[in-house]
Amino acid sequence: MENAMKTPPAQTWDDNVVLSVEHLTMRFGGLVAVNDLSFNVGRGDITALIGPNGAGKTTVFNCVTGFYKPTEGRIVMRHGKGLQADRIEALTRTGRQFDDDGDDRVFLLERMPDFEISKRAKVARTFQNIRLFGGMTALENLLVAQHNPLMIASAMTIGGIFNLPGYRKARAEAIDFAAYWLEKTGLIDRADDPAADLPYGDQRRLEIARAMCTRPHLLCLDEPAAGLNPRESNELNELLQYIRKDHDTSILLIEHDMGVVMQISDHVVVLDYGEKISDGNPELVKNDPKVISAYLGVDEDEVAAVEESIDMPVIHGKTKPADNGEGGQS
Amino acid sequence: MAAGLVGVLGFFFLALRTDIGTGGLDLTYRWGLWFISIAIAFGGRLLLNLFVFNRAKPIASGIKISLPAGAISAGSRVLGPFLLLVALTLPFIVMAVYPDRDRQFIDLAILIMTYVMLGWGLNIVVGLAGLLDLGYVAFYAVGAYSFALLAQYFDIGFWMALPLAGLLAATWGIILGFPVLRLRGDYLAIVTLAFGEIIRVVLLNWYDFTGGPDGISGIPKPSFFGLDFTRTGGFAEFFGIDYDSIHRFIYLYYIILLLALITNFVTLRLRKLPIGRAWEALREDEIACRSLGINTTNTKLTAFSIGAMFGGFAGSFFATRQGFISPESFTFLESAIILAIVVLGGLGSQIGVVIASVVMIGGIEILRNLGFLKEIFGPDFEPTQYRMLIFGLAMVLIMVWKPRGIISSRNPSAVYKERKKIGSDMVAQGEGH
Repeated sequence: MENAMKTPPAQTWDDNVVLSVEHLTMRFGGLVAVNDLSFNVGRGDITALIGPNGAGKTTVFNCVTGFYKPTEGRIVMRHGKGLQADRIEALTRTGRQFDDDGDDRVFLLERMPDFEISKRAKVARTFQNIRLFGGMTALENLLVAQHNPLMIASAMTIGGIFNLPGYRKARAEAIDFAAYWLEKTGLIDRADDPAADLPYGDQRRLEIARAMCTRPHLLCLDEPAAGLNPRESNELNELLQYIRKDHDTSILLIEHDMGVVMQISDHVVVLDYGEKISDGNPELVKNDPKVISAYLGVDEDEVAAVEESIDMPVIHGKTKPADNGEGGQS
Repeated sequence: MAAGLVGVLGFFFLALRTDIGTGGLDLTYRWGLWFISIAIAFGGRLLLNLFVFNRAKPIASGIKISLPAGAISAGSRVLGPFLLLVALTLPFIVMAVYPDRDRQFIDLAILIMTYVMLGWGLNIVVGLAGLLDLGYVAFYAVGAYSFALLAQYFDIGFWMALPLAGLLAATWGIILGFPVLRLRGDYLAIVTLAFGEIIRVVLLNWYDFTGGPDGISGIPKPSFFGLDFTRTGGFAEFFGIDYDSIHRFIYLYYIILLLALITNFVTLRLRKLPIGRAWEALREDEIACRSLGINTTNTKLTAFSIGAMFGGFAGSFFATRQGFISPESFTFLESAIILAIVVLGGLGSQIGVVIASVVMIGGIEILRNLGFLKEIFGPDFEPTQYRMLIFGLAMVLIMVWKPRGIISSRNPSAVYKERKKIGSDMVAQGEGH
């Protein structure tokens, strides 16, 4: 297993970061849903965000994808390699939303409206309760996801009304791209069926295909395996592995199914009560006493005792570099 | 026993549902009629329950019971060209068949076409983008008044004023769009309703500019490439035919037909373009749209402004046809009729709008001349007094028979292999329904 190679000191997700969440705090009135959370998502990794119910996972997602404006904190999306810490600091001070000089674009997601995050920063997401366009066909769903390039190709509709060749070409390409993803998700036979007509597992896959049609750099999946049977779960694993390998897309997922998490993720972040309690590779997280106590419920005294006895320094050692690398300067 | 129980329970659910639907529409006529239609819906549902639900079926399956949708959707492929052909030759058919009443019939055809165009314009906002607009008549008024005022103050002719009127109406659509964008559901409907009333009240009270309740008269008639339809020196003389006042009506008919066809063409094209698909996606799920990088604000604004633009075109046609406009022509009743046309026709369906306009506008007119009813009910019976009642009843029946409109299936905007109709039960209705 490749995870085994990622032993604590050399963590790829701290060196080659696609998304970094820094000191994220989200309050709803008096309720602190997420408290001073920092973690990194490595490029090309599958990162899992886990935690008991109500731990604040979906809130983190909504902050990353712009559906919530975080109360505090910084969320940085990088298209280029490297940390680019100086550039991000400079950008943070300017009040601009993003810096797209050259290929190495950096985005401050907490400043951007939700649709811009998908359009420019290339972060796509799916929803916990599937949100497909039920009355539209599977193909149409995927074409809606390619709205922005098609709008440009249709010269903001004017070229499209007169059916200019440039638009016709773009349209054919868009349909091909949609067909490619329908093929990959095994839905090609149902391309012309309304999305609401598909079985549940197909709808889940269609939602992923739709998100992929926005050509994202980071794909955020909110409980993709929820409600799937074991066979569908396995297919999902394969699909995610394929996306990660062949499409230069990093994946951040929320999942309750520990089988899926442990099998496919390279990096696991555990939340409880809005705070990070563990961060590392699956093996390490699985054996973390804090995680075990959060999931199974252990007395506080016992936790303290266990923490002292077992490898706590490793865990702190893991979280600290991330803070120093990014958040320490902000 | 169980059947009776389901009947009673389902009866109240369904009866209430039907009442609200028809209440909203019938509100425009009379409160008395509303109560009558409640009674009719009540009775109708009772009959339905007796004959349809008596097998203790779930309520949902009861709603789906209707004539096979395939029959109508298969017919609509032929129906479109057929209706187009009829529309193109209508004045001549009328002149041949009813030479003595041709003017009346062509006038009615013009009226129906105006509503078809308004219905198609509103269909963009309500049917495609799923934004319930109860104040569509405001744009109709803006179009009519912009032409009337441009003609009055700047002496601009119909063809020059037409694009300007459309542009002004579209601008108003954007102005209305901004506050409306923040709203969802019922609130959206109320704000659009209020906007329609604001426009009307402003027109009514700004006496110095708009003439207030006196309206504006003497609005110029459209010319045919510079030729007027006058007794001397106009169209008839130029082409060497005898002058007949019917020429002007035929010409007006073709103008509105052309405008309506442009509306239809643009709408059909837009549906297949990314913007139209985004409208429909917006109707289905706004949050998902935003997660896919669609600027929902701009998308809603374009829907509002394009819908408004066609309303403006129809408005300036209305002004030139009437030659006189006053705020009275732009009451909430008009909005309600246009909305009823869209809803009855089937949200998003172009053919449905045509059928619904013919049925609604034509139906009201036909009910004026129901002489034979006098023979049934005696000489004291005045059918015109009951036409709204009959009309309301017809609407209730249509809504019971087809709750999602006459043409309720959706045609996909892009096809991979095989075109399949999408049943209305899958398609979302959008905001405010």
